[in-house]
Amino acid sequence: MSAHVAHLTSATFDETINSADNLVVVDFWAEWCGPCKMIAPILDDIAVEKAGVISIAKVNVDTEPDLAMRFDVMSIPTMIVFKNGVPAKRIVGAKGKAQLLADFTDLL
Amino acid sequence: MVETFRYREAMTQHHSVIILGSGPAGLTAAIYAARANLAPLVIEGEPSSTSDQPGGQLMLTTDVENFPGFPDGIMGPELMKNMRDQATRFGSVFVTEKASVVDFSVRPFSVTAAGEHYTSDAIIVATGAQSNMLGLPAEDRLIGHGLSTCATCDGFFFRGKEIAVVGGGDSALEEATFLTKFASKVTLIHRRDHLRASKIMQERAFANPKMEFLWNHEVTDLVGETSLAGIELRNTVTGDTSSMPISGLFIAIGHTPNTHLFQGKLTMEPNGYLHTGPGTYTNVEGVFACGDVQDHTYRQAITAAASGCMAAIDVERWLEAQHS
Repeated sequence: MSAHVAHLTSATFDETINSADNLVVVDFWAEWCGPCKMIAPILDDIAVEKAGVISIAKVNVDTEPDLAMRFDVMSIPTMIVFKNGVPAKRIVGAKGKAQLLADFTDLL
Repeated sequence: MVETFRYREAMTQHHSVIILGSGPAGLTAAIYAARANLAPLVIEGEPSSTSDQPGGQLMLTTDVENFPGFPDGIMGPELMKNMRDQATRFGSVFVTEKASVVDFSVRPFSVTAAGEHYTSDAIIVATGAQSNMLGLPAEDRLIGHGLSTCATCDGFFFRGKEIAVVGGGDSALEEATFLTKFASKVTLIHRRDHLRASKIMQERAFANPKMEFLWNHEVTDLVGETSLAGIELRNTVTGDTSSMPISGLFIAIGHTPNTHLFQGKLTMEPNGYLHTGPGTYTNVEGVFACGDVQDHTYRQAITAAASGCMAAIDVERWLEAQHS
Protein backbone atom coordinates (compact mmCIF):
# COMPACT_ATOMS: atom_id res chain seq x y z
CA MET A 1 0.00 0.00 0.00
CA SER A 2 1.32 3.43 -0.92
CA ALA A 3 2.64 5.77 1.74
CA HIS A 4 0.42 8.49 0.30
CA VAL A 5 -2.75 6.70 1.36
CA ALA A 6 -3.98 7.17 4.94
CA HIS A 7 -6.00 4.46 6.69
CA LEU A 8 -8.68 6.12 8.80
CA THR A 9 -10.40 4.92 11.95
CA SER A 10 -13.24 6.37 14.01
CA ALA A 11 -10.56 8.01 16.16
CA THR A 12 -8.70 9.71 13.29
CA PHE A 13 -11.46 10.30 10.75
CA ASP A 14 -12.80 13.75 11.72
CA GLU A 15 -9.46 15.32 12.41
CA THR A 16 -8.05 14.10 9.10
CA ILE A 17 -11.04 15.28 7.08
CA ASN A 18 -11.39 18.64 8.84
CA SER A 19 -7.72 19.55 8.73
CA ALA A 20 -7.28 18.77 5.03
CA ASP A 21 -6.95 21.79 2.75
CA ASN A 22 -7.36 19.73 -0.42
CA LEU A 23 -9.93 17.24 -1.70
CA VAL A 24 -10.02 14.03 0.30
CA VAL A 25 -11.36 10.92 -1.39
CA VAL A 26 -12.38 8.39 1.25
CA ASP A 27 -12.54 4.88 -0.18
CA PHE A 28 -14.74 2.49 1.83
CA TRP A 29 -13.44 -1.01 1.12
CA ALA A 30 -12.87 -4.51 2.47
CA GLU A 31 -10.48 -7.37 1.88
CA TRP A 32 -13.22 -9.64 0.49
CA CYS A 33 -14.44 -7.18 -2.15
CA GLY A 34 -13.04 -7.94 -5.63
CA PRO A 35 -13.92 -4.60 -7.26
CA CYS A 36 -12.31 -2.80 -4.27
CA LYS A 37 -9.05 -4.63 -4.90
CA MET A 38 -9.23 -3.73 -8.56
CA ILE A 39 -9.43 0.02 -7.95
CA ALA A 40 -6.85 0.05 -5.13
CA PRO A 41 -3.83 0.42 -7.47
CA ILE A 42 -5.68 3.15 -9.41
CA LEU A 43 -6.29 5.13 -6.21
CA ASP A 44 -2.63 4.62 -5.22
CA ASP A 45 -1.60 6.08 -8.61
CA ILE A 46 -3.94 9.04 -8.21
CA ALA A 47 -2.57 9.72 -4.72
CA VAL A 48 0.93 10.01 -6.20
CA GLU A 49 0.00 11.86 -9.40
CA LYS A 50 -2.30 14.35 -7.65
CA ALA A 51 -0.30 14.73 -4.43
CA GLY A 52 -1.15 18.04 -2.78
CA VAL A 53 -4.38 18.37 -4.79
CA ILE A 54 -6.26 15.17 -3.98
CA SER A 55 -5.59 12.98 -0.95
CA ILE A 56 -6.74 9.40 -0.84
CA ALA A 57 -7.84 7.90 2.47
CA LYS A 58 -9.28 4.47 3.18
CA VAL A 59 -11.83 3.09 5.58
CA ASN A 60 -11.94 -0.66 6.06
CA VAL A 61 -15.65 -1.38 6.65
CA ASP A 62 -14.80 -4.65 8.41
CA THR A 63 -12.82 -2.94 11.15
CA GLU A 64 -14.70 0.41 11.05
CA PRO A 65 -18.39 -0.53 10.75
CA ASP A 66 -19.38 2.63 12.67
CA LEU A 67 -17.88 4.87 9.98
CA ALA A 68 -19.62 2.84 7.27
CA MET A 69 -22.91 3.23 9.11
CA ARG A 70 -22.38 6.94 9.77
CA PHE A 71 -22.05 7.58 6.03
CA ASP A 72 -24.78 5.08 5.04
CA VAL A 73 -22.37 2.94 3.09
CA MET A 74 -24.31 -0.14 1.92
CA SER A 75 -22.19 -1.10 -1.06
CA ILE A 76 -18.47 -1.17 -1.65
CA PRO A 77 -16.42 0.26 -3.07
CA THR A 78 -18.05 3.59 -2.18
CA MET A 79 -15.89 6.69 -2.54
CA ILE A 80 -16.96 9.85 -0.77
CA VAL A 81 -15.17 13.01 -1.86
CA PHE A 82 -14.82 15.56 0.95
CA LYS A 83 -14.30 19.22 0.14
CA ASN A 84 -13.67 21.63 3.05
CA GLY A 85 -14.63 18.85 5.45
CA VAL A 86 -18.05 18.09 3.95
CA PRO A 87 -19.09 15.32 1.57
CA ALA A 88 -19.31 16.84 -1.92
CA LYS A 89 -19.75 13.71 -4.02
CA ARG A 90 -20.41 10.01 -3.60
CA ILE A 91 -19.26 7.45 -6.16
CA VAL A 92 -20.64 3.94 -5.81
CA GLY A 93 -18.96 1.05 -7.61
CA ALA A 94 -15.62 0.49 -9.26
CA LYS A 95 -14.71 2.49 -12.34
CA GLY A 96 -11.71 2.94 -14.62
CA LYS A 97 -8.97 5.45 -13.90
CA ALA A 98 -10.04 8.07 -16.46
CA GLN A 99 -13.59 8.12 -15.11
CA LEU A 100 -12.49 8.30 -11.48
CA LEU A 101 -10.06 11.14 -12.21
CA ALA A 102 -12.79 13.01 -14.05
CA ASP A 103 -15.22 12.47 -11.14
CA PHE A 104 -12.66 13.80 -8.64
CA THR A 105 -11.23 16.70 -10.65
CA ASP A 106 -14.76 17.95 -11.33
CA LEU A 107 -14.72 19.25 -7.77
CA LEU A 108 -11.39 21.08 -7.92
CA MET B 1 -7.10 24.56 -9.10
CA VAL B 2 -7.43 23.05 -12.52
CA GLU B 3 -4.65 20.89 -13.76
CA THR B 4 -4.36 19.93 -17.39
CA PHE B 5 -3.93 16.28 -18.22
CA ARG B 6 -0.90 15.15 -20.09
CA TYR B 7 -1.87 13.60 -23.36
CA ARG B 8 0.60 11.31 -24.98
CA GLU B 9 1.07 11.71 -28.70
CA ALA B 10 -1.11 9.19 -30.47
CA MET B 11 1.24 6.31 -31.11
CA THR B 12 0.28 3.08 -32.77
CA GLN B 13 1.53 -0.22 -31.46
CA HIS B 14 1.33 -3.30 -33.68
CA HIS B 15 0.76 -6.84 -32.43
CA SER B 16 0.17 -10.08 -34.29
CA VAL B 17 -2.95 -10.70 -32.23
CA ILE B 18 -5.09 -8.54 -29.98
CA ILE B 19 -7.45 -10.22 -27.52
CA LEU B 20 -10.43 -8.17 -26.33
CA GLY B 21 -11.56 -9.35 -22.91
CA SER B 22 -9.96 -11.25 -20.04
CA GLY B 23 -12.41 -13.78 -18.66
CA PRO B 24 -11.72 -17.51 -18.96
CA ALA B 25 -12.06 -17.33 -22.78
CA GLY B 26 -9.74 -14.35 -23.29
CA LEU B 27 -7.11 -15.57 -20.83
CA THR B 28 -7.06 -19.13 -22.19
CA ALA B 29 -6.70 -17.68 -25.69
CA ALA B 30 -3.83 -15.55 -24.31
CA ILE B 31 -2.09 -18.59 -22.76
CA TYR B 32 -2.28 -20.55 -26.02
CA ALA B 33 -1.38 -17.60 -28.27
CA ALA B 34 1.54 -16.68 -26.01
CA ARG B 35 2.83 -20.26 -26.09
CA ALA B 36 2.66 -20.06 -29.88
CA ASN B 37 5.06 -17.07 -29.60
CA LEU B 38 2.41 -14.62 -30.78
CA ALA B 39 2.97 -12.26 -27.79
CA PRO B 40 -0.72 -11.33 -27.65
CA LEU B 41 -1.90 -7.97 -26.41
CA VAL B 42 -4.85 -8.41 -24.05
CA ILE B 43 -7.08 -5.36 -23.73
CA GLU B 44 -8.59 -6.64 -20.52
CA GLY B 45 -11.24 -4.05 -19.70
CA GLU B 46 -11.53 -1.60 -16.82
CA PRO B 47 -12.71 -1.93 -13.23
CA SER B 48 -16.46 -1.93 -12.60
CA SER B 49 -18.80 -3.40 -10.02
CA THR B 50 -20.69 -5.43 -12.59
CA SER B 51 -19.44 -8.56 -14.32
CA ASP B 52 -18.15 -6.34 -17.15
CA GLN B 53 -14.63 -6.03 -15.72
CA PRO B 54 -11.16 -7.59 -16.03
CA GLY B 55 -11.46 -11.27 -15.15
CA GLY B 56 -15.14 -11.30 -16.11
CA GLN B 57 -18.11 -12.79 -14.35
CA LEU B 58 -16.07 -15.02 -12.02
CA MET B 59 -14.64 -11.90 -10.34
CA LEU B 60 -17.95 -11.45 -8.52
CA THR B 61 -18.35 -15.06 -7.44
CA THR B 62 -17.05 -16.94 -4.44
CA ASP B 63 -16.45 -20.72 -4.64
CA VAL B 64 -16.16 -22.21 -8.11
CA GLU B 65 -16.89 -25.90 -7.56
CA ASN B 66 -17.21 -27.18 -11.13
CA PHE B 67 -13.92 -26.14 -12.72
CA PRO B 68 -11.97 -29.37 -13.29
CA GLY B 69 -8.70 -29.67 -11.41
CA PHE B 70 -9.84 -28.07 -8.17
CA PRO B 71 -11.39 -30.88 -6.08
CA ASP B 72 -11.98 -28.55 -3.13
CA GLY B 73 -13.19 -25.67 -5.27
CA ILE B 74 -11.40 -22.38 -5.86
CA MET B 75 -12.44 -18.76 -5.35
CA GLY B 76 -13.47 -17.12 -8.63
CA PRO B 77 -11.07 -14.14 -8.35
CA GLU B 78 -8.22 -16.49 -7.46
CA LEU B 79 -8.90 -18.70 -10.48
CA MET B 80 -8.84 -15.64 -12.71
CA LYS B 81 -5.63 -14.33 -11.14
CA ASN B 82 -4.02 -17.72 -11.77
CA MET B 83 -5.09 -17.67 -15.43
CA ARG B 84 -3.76 -14.12 -15.83
CA ASP B 85 -0.43 -15.06 -14.22
CA GLN B 86 -0.20 -18.07 -16.52
CA ALA B 87 -0.85 -15.89 -19.58
CA THR B 88 1.75 -13.34 -18.38
CA ARG B 89 4.33 -16.06 -17.79
CA PHE B 90 4.37 -16.92 -21.50
CA GLY B 91 4.58 -13.33 -22.74
CA SER B 92 1.05 -11.92 -22.92
CA VAL B 93 0.91 -8.16 -22.50
CA PHE B 94 -2.04 -6.51 -20.68
CA VAL B 95 -3.70 -3.13 -21.03
CA THR B 96 -6.20 -2.42 -18.23
CA GLU B 97 -8.55 -0.32 -20.33
CA LYS B 98 -11.72 -0.88 -22.23
CA ALA B 99 -11.66 -0.92 -26.04
CA SER B 100 -13.80 1.98 -27.25
CA VAL B 101 -13.51 1.77 -31.04
CA VAL B 102 -12.63 -1.09 -33.38
CA ASP B 103 -12.05 -1.06 -37.12
CA PHE B 104 -12.22 -4.47 -38.77
CA SER B 105 -12.84 -3.10 -42.29
CA VAL B 106 -9.16 -2.92 -43.26
CA ARG B 107 -6.04 -4.84 -42.31
CA PRO B 108 -4.19 -4.42 -40.10
CA PHE B 109 -7.20 -4.23 -37.80
CA SER B 110 -7.24 -1.39 -35.31
CA VAL B 111 -8.48 -0.97 -31.76
CA THR B 112 -8.62 2.20 -29.66
CA ALA B 113 -8.59 2.03 -25.86
CA ALA B 114 -8.25 5.09 -23.58
CA GLY B 115 -7.00 7.20 -26.48
CA GLU B 116 -4.24 4.76 -27.45
CA HIS B 117 -4.26 3.11 -30.86
CA TYR B 118 -3.30 -0.49 -31.41
CA THR B 119 -3.16 -2.51 -34.63
CA SER B 120 -3.02 -6.25 -35.24
CA ASP B 121 -3.06 -8.95 -37.91
CA ALA B 122 -5.72 -10.94 -36.06
CA ILE B 123 -8.31 -10.26 -33.37
CA ILE B 124 -9.88 -12.52 -30.77
CA VAL B 125 -13.14 -11.15 -29.38
CA ALA B 126 -13.75 -12.46 -25.84
CA THR B 127 -15.73 -9.60 -24.35
CA GLY B 128 -18.18 -11.89 -22.57
CA ALA B 129 -21.57 -10.92 -21.24
CA GLN B 130 -22.72 -8.67 -18.43
CA SER B 131 -25.48 -9.02 -15.90
CA ASN B 132 -28.85 -7.57 -16.76
CA MET B 133 -30.54 -4.95 -14.62
CA LEU B 134 -34.29 -4.82 -14.07
CA GLY B 135 -34.60 -1.71 -16.23
CA LEU B 136 -36.59 0.25 -13.63
CA PRO B 137 -36.09 4.04 -13.37
CA ALA B 138 -35.58 3.77 -9.58
CA GLU B 139 -32.50 1.60 -10.10
CA ASP B 140 -30.18 4.55 -10.70
CA ARG B 141 -31.29 6.17 -7.45
CA LEU B 142 -31.06 3.06 -5.29
CA ILE B 143 -28.02 1.24 -6.61
CA GLY B 144 -25.59 1.10 -3.70
CA HIS B 145 -28.40 2.00 -1.31
CA GLY B 146 -29.98 -1.38 -0.87
CA LEU B 147 -29.96 -2.43 -4.51
CA SER B 148 -26.89 -4.43 -5.47
CA THR B 149 -25.39 -6.38 -8.35
CA CYS B 150 -22.57 -7.84 -6.24
CA ALA B 151 -23.51 -10.17 -3.38
CA THR B 152 -19.89 -10.84 -2.47
CA CYS B 153 -19.27 -7.07 -2.14
CA ASP B 154 -22.42 -6.03 -0.34
CA GLY B 155 -23.81 -9.03 1.56
CA PHE B 156 -21.92 -7.85 4.65
CA PHE B 157 -24.16 -4.77 4.96
CA PHE B 158 -27.32 -6.87 5.36
CA ARG B 159 -26.45 -8.75 8.53
CA GLY B 160 -29.65 -9.78 10.29
CA LYS B 161 -31.87 -8.16 7.63
CA GLU B 162 -34.54 -9.55 5.33
CA ILE B 163 -33.52 -9.34 1.70
CA ALA B 164 -34.45 -10.76 -1.70
CA VAL B 165 -32.70 -12.05 -4.79
CA VAL B 166 -34.33 -11.88 -8.23
CA GLY B 167 -33.54 -14.67 -10.69
CA GLY B 168 -33.73 -18.42 -11.19
CA GLY B 169 -30.38 -19.56 -12.58
CA ASP B 170 -27.15 -20.76 -11.00
CA SER B 171 -25.92 -17.23 -10.31
CA ALA B 172 -29.14 -16.31 -8.52
CA LEU B 173 -28.98 -19.41 -6.32
CA GLU B 174 -25.29 -18.96 -5.62
CA GLU B 175 -25.89 -15.36 -4.55
CA ALA B 176 -28.92 -16.27 -2.46
CA THR B 177 -27.11 -19.11 -0.71
CA PHE B 178 -24.10 -16.86 -0.06
CA LEU B 179 -26.34 -14.11 1.34
CA THR B 180 -27.90 -16.44 3.93
CA LYS B 181 -24.55 -16.14 5.77
CA PHE B 182 -25.53 -12.57 6.62
CA ALA B 183 -29.26 -12.03 6.18
CA SER B 184 -31.94 -13.36 8.52
CA LYS B 185 -34.08 -14.34 5.54
CA VAL B 186 -33.47 -14.46 1.80
CA THR B 187 -36.44 -14.66 -0.54
CA LEU B 188 -35.71 -15.83 -4.05
CA ILE B 189 -38.12 -14.19 -6.47
CA HIS B 190 -38.56 -15.95 -9.80
CA ARG B 191 -40.99 -15.21 -12.60
CA ARG B 192 -41.61 -18.91 -13.29
CA ASP B 193 -42.59 -21.83 -11.04
CA HIS B 194 -39.35 -23.76 -11.44
CA LEU B 195 -35.63 -22.96 -11.50
CA ARG B 196 -33.13 -23.10 -14.35
CA ALA B 197 -30.28 -23.66 -11.91
CA SER B 198 -28.34 -26.93 -11.65
CA LYS B 199 -29.86 -29.67 -9.47
CA ILE B 200 -27.12 -29.53 -6.83
CA MET B 201 -27.58 -25.76 -6.39
CA GLN B 202 -31.35 -26.23 -6.15
CA GLU B 203 -31.11 -28.97 -3.52
CA ARG B 204 -28.74 -26.84 -1.47
CA ALA B 205 -31.06 -23.84 -1.66
CA PHE B 206 -34.24 -25.83 -0.86
CA ALA B 207 -32.49 -27.34 2.20
CA ASN B 208 -31.39 -23.92 3.49
CA PRO B 209 -33.68 -22.90 6.40
CA LYS B 210 -33.06 -19.19 5.74
CA MET B 211 -34.30 -19.37 2.17
CA GLU B 212 -37.82 -18.82 0.93
CA PHE B 213 -39.13 -18.98 -2.61
CA LEU B 214 -41.63 -16.69 -4.26
CA TRP B 215 -42.67 -18.30 -7.53
CA ASN B 216 -44.34 -16.65 -10.52
CA HIS B 217 -43.53 -13.12 -9.43
CA GLU B 218 -41.66 -10.24 -11.00
CA VAL B 219 -40.43 -6.97 -9.52
CA THR B 220 -42.26 -4.00 -11.02
CA ASP B 221 -40.94 -1.17 -8.87
CA LEU B 222 -38.55 -0.24 -6.08
CA VAL B 223 -39.74 1.76 -3.08
CA GLY B 224 -37.59 4.19 -1.10
CA GLU B 225 -36.19 7.67 -1.70
CA THR B 226 -32.67 7.52 -0.28
CA SER B 227 -32.46 3.82 0.47
CA LEU B 228 -34.44 0.76 -0.48
CA ALA B 229 -37.48 0.18 1.73
CA GLY B 230 -39.40 -2.36 -0.30
CA ILE B 231 -40.42 -3.68 -3.68
CA GLU B 232 -43.62 -3.87 -5.70
CA LEU B 233 -44.43 -7.26 -7.19
CA ARG B 234 -46.72 -8.66 -9.85
CA ASN B 235 -47.88 -12.24 -10.09
CA THR B 236 -46.96 -13.40 -13.60
CA VAL B 237 -49.89 -15.87 -13.69
CA THR B 238 -52.77 -14.01 -12.06
CA GLY B 239 -51.56 -10.42 -12.60
CA ASP B 240 -52.20 -9.62 -8.91
CA THR B 241 -49.93 -6.99 -7.39
CA SER B 242 -48.39 -6.92 -3.92
CA SER B 243 -45.56 -5.28 -1.97
CA MET B 244 -42.75 -6.66 0.12
CA PRO B 245 -40.85 -4.58 2.68
CA ILE B 246 -37.12 -5.35 2.31
CA SER B 247 -33.91 -3.37 2.75
CA GLY B 248 -31.78 -5.29 0.27
CA LEU B 249 -32.37 -6.53 -3.27
CA PHE B 250 -29.82 -8.43 -5.31
CA ILE B 251 -30.26 -8.89 -9.04
CA ALA B 252 -29.20 -12.02 -10.95
CA ILE B 253 -31.50 -12.15 -13.96
CA GLY B 254 -29.30 -13.29 -16.76
CA HIS B 255 -26.79 -11.73 -19.08
CA THR B 256 -26.50 -9.70 -22.26
CA PRO B 257 -23.50 -10.25 -24.54
CA ASN B 258 -21.04 -7.36 -24.75
CA THR B 259 -21.38 -6.88 -28.50
CA HIS B 260 -22.24 -3.18 -28.64
CA LEU B 261 -18.76 -2.38 -29.98
CA PHE B 262 -19.27 -4.73 -32.92
CA GLN B 263 -22.65 -3.48 -34.14
CA GLY B 264 -22.62 -3.46 -37.93
CA LYS B 265 -19.10 -4.91 -37.95
CA LEU B 266 -19.59 -8.57 -37.06
CA THR B 267 -22.55 -10.81 -37.85
CA MET B 268 -24.77 -11.48 -34.84
CA GLU B 269 -27.49 -13.96 -33.99
CA PRO B 270 -31.00 -12.48 -33.59
CA ASN B 271 -30.45 -12.55 -29.78
CA GLY B 272 -27.38 -10.32 -30.04
CA TYR B 273 -24.69 -12.96 -29.57
CA LEU B 274 -21.86 -13.06 -32.13
CA HIS B 275 -22.27 -15.63 -34.87
CA THR B 276 -19.30 -18.00 -35.13
CA GLY B 277 -18.47 -21.01 -37.25
CA PRO B 278 -16.81 -23.01 -38.45
CA GLY B 279 -14.84 -23.12 -35.20
CA THR B 280 -14.36 -19.63 -33.78
CA TYR B 281 -14.38 -17.81 -37.14
CA THR B 282 -16.61 -14.74 -37.38
CA ASN B 283 -17.80 -13.38 -40.72
CA VAL B 284 -14.68 -11.16 -40.94
CA GLU B 285 -11.60 -13.08 -41.95
CA GLY B 286 -8.94 -12.70 -39.24
CA VAL B 287 -11.46 -11.90 -36.50
CA PHE B 288 -12.32 -14.77 -34.16
CA ALA B 289 -14.70 -14.95 -31.20
CA CYS B 290 -14.88 -17.16 -28.13
CA GLY B 291 -16.56 -17.44 -24.75
CA ASP B 292 -19.90 -16.05 -23.63
CA VAL B 293 -19.97 -13.32 -26.28
CA GLN B 294 -20.82 -16.06 -28.81
CA ASP B 295 -22.30 -18.76 -26.55
CA HIS B 296 -25.86 -18.51 -25.33
CA THR B 297 -26.16 -22.22 -24.67
CA TYR B 298 -23.50 -23.43 -22.22
CA ARG B 299 -22.04 -20.24 -20.64
CA GLN B 300 -19.68 -22.01 -18.26
CA ALA B 301 -16.14 -21.01 -17.26
CA ILE B 302 -14.86 -24.29 -18.67
CA THR B 303 -16.67 -23.96 -22.02
CA ALA B 304 -15.47 -20.35 -22.31
CA ALA B 305 -11.91 -21.49 -21.60
CA ALA B 306 -12.21 -24.29 -24.14
CA SER B 307 -13.44 -21.97 -26.87
CA GLY B 308 -10.62 -19.55 -26.00
CA CYS B 309 -8.18 -22.35 -26.70
CA MET B 310 -9.94 -23.04 -30.00
CA ALA B 311 -9.73 -19.36 -30.98
CA ALA B 312 -5.98 -19.22 -30.30
CA ILE B 313 -5.41 -22.35 -32.41
CA ASP B 314 -7.62 -20.95 -35.20
CA VAL B 315 -5.63 -17.69 -35.11
CA GLU B 316 -2.28 -19.46 -35.17
CA ARG B 317 -3.27 -21.57 -38.21
CA TRP B 318 -4.89 -18.63 -39.98
CA LEU B 319 -1.78 -16.46 -39.48
CA GLU B 320 0.43 -19.27 -40.81
CA ALA B 321 -1.77 -19.61 -43.89
CA GLN B 322 -1.43 -15.86 -44.54
CA HIS B 323 2.34 -16.12 -44.63
CA SER B 324 2.59 -19.24 -46.77
